[in-house]
Amino acid sequence: MRHLKVLIGILMVVLLAVAACNTAPAETEPTVEVAAEEAPAEETSGSLSIAGSTTVQPVAELLAEAFMAANPGIEVTVAGGGSSTGVKSVAEGQVNIGMASREIKDSEMTDWPDLVPYAIAKDGVAVVVHPDNPVAELTAEQVMKIFLGEITNWSEVGGNDEMITVVSREEGSGTRGTFDELALDENVPTEFAVIVSSNGNMVTTVSTTPNAIGYISFGYMDETTKGIVIDGVAPTVENVLNGSYGISRSLNMITVKEAEGLAKVFLEFVFSAEGQAIVEEEGFIAVK
Amino acid sequence: MQIRRVVDRSMTYLLLFFALVSILIVFLIGIFTIRESLEAWNEVGLLNFLIGTSWHPTQGELGILQMIIGSILATFGSLVLGVPLAFGCAIFLAEIAPQGIQRVLRPAIQLLAGIPSVVFGLFGLVVLVPAIRKIQIYGNSGFSILAASIVLAVMILPTIASITEDAIRAVPRSYKEGSLALGATHWQTIVNVILPAARPGIVAAVILGVGRALGETMAMIMVIGNSVAMPRALDPANPLTIFLSQARTLTGNVAVEISYATGVHESGLFATGVVLFVLIMLVNSGARALIRAGGNH
Repeated sequence: MRHLKVLIGILMVVLLAVAACNTAPAETEPTVEVAAEEAPAEETSGSLSIAGSTTVQPVAELLAEAFMAANPGIEVTVAGGGSSTGVKSVAEGQVNIGMASREIKDSEMTDWPDLVPYAIAKDGVAVVVHPDNPVAELTAEQVMKIFLGEITNWSEVGGNDEMITVVSREEGSGTRGTFDELALDENVPTEFAVIVSSNGNMVTTVSTTPNAIGYISFGYMDETTKGIVIDGVAPTVENVLNGSYGISRSLNMITVKEAEGLAKVFLEFVFSAEGQAIVEEEGFIAVK
Repeated sequence: MQIRRVVDRSMTYLLLFFALVSILIVFLIGIFTIRESLEAWNEVGLLNFLIGTSWHPTQGELGILQMIIGSILATFGSLVLGVPLAFGCAIFLAEIAPQGIQRVLRPAIQLLAGIPSVVFGLFGLVVLVPAIRKIQIYGNSGFSILAASIVLAVMILPTIASITEDAIRAVPRSYKEGSLALGATHWQTIVNVILPAARPGIVAAVILGVGRALGETMAMIMVIGNSVAMPRALDPANPLTIFLSQARTLTGNVAVEISYATGVHESGLFATGVVLFVLIMLVNSGARALIRAGGNH
């Protein structure tokens, strides 16, 4: 019995030691990262810094990786911060390229008239219903009211007298973020919405639920669901590219004046076939 | 002689070491989960986390009461549906069924335990949910606690049935013979002698079922709707319609949201895991207490 107690005592000490070891590296990590980010921002020769929208950040990181693999002499660093930070930091010269998941605002253009946006990709979300649903067209306002729970019956928008089952995505999802922002005016969908955790799951749920309405990335559209025409504009890639489809946006990389030097080389890579393939792999719509 | 003693001693310590390692693993998981959840506790406070009913983690609203209730309702529903079925199976197999039927029935029930939960979920999604949708009550989408309870009932059935059967078989033969000798019928013997004698094992069987039901994830998220709203009776005049309400379980909350969660959101999901951990520990220690109380007489 005494042996056992001693052993358990030893075990506890080991346990605490392990726990302590675990905490130590976690605390030091961020400082290392910050140091790595700051260094290239000071000097521009041979290195390029990018910062801004967290929507564009993942695809920019992949682009930077591929770019550096092709051009071993050039160092590209990508940081987040959000679209507004992206615009501000490029305008004030803290980074070479800013990222924004929206257009440059008029107020920003007034402050910094030299900014030039390059739309590197488009992002669109299609509203979908069950193929048997007679409703094929809605206004943007109706879509918003349905998802906010203000319209709850299909008969209110010209359909059958059936309750609408709203299907949405989990918080944190990029598709949900895009949809909340562009279709719901930054509101959150009704709390009675069914929540699914992927685009694929959304397709399955909507295609097996006759009264469902949901939304998916353009890449997931097929014959098992029906894309809703919004304000007379069908959810097609062409309509996203020509700017007429409402629930879509440009992902921009921004430079001060026309891109020059390294920034120009990088943007040329982004618009190359290889760069645009990376854009599509990340679920966005290629612009070239 | 010496070598035998040495081998004997070292095997004792080796086995002790294995036992301690398994405890250590549980400890490490517990410590890690709690450490990751601290940010969420700090953000909203433990009490607000437990009694809050608004879950919008990207806006800093972390309340999981509706999910605790969702988990409890789904588990309760599965017990109401699954326990009588499992008991019936177990009594039939242990006491009534002839050898030939036993040889078919027992493997069939055990097979049920081997079916992956995603298959149950798929069955629920394409069969149960559309069937439940036919119930004409406004607000009924088919995705419901009822669908979850039915799926869970089938999933916990083999666990409860096989442990209950073992418990019944473990009752000494002399009890049964004594009861029959006193003139009791077979059914009277089962109800008044065998089942009471097997009680600790039966309680353990039900508790294991509860543990499985609380922890089930994949099948749940496919049929329960995962809404963040508090479950509510669809027809206020009939409280039972709460089972037609959509809900989200604690396990579902973690599974649905973990892929893109960062910062406080991620921490809130770990905190959900801690609550689940504590809930299951409570259930298990409750079971131990019940079994001990039952074993006293």
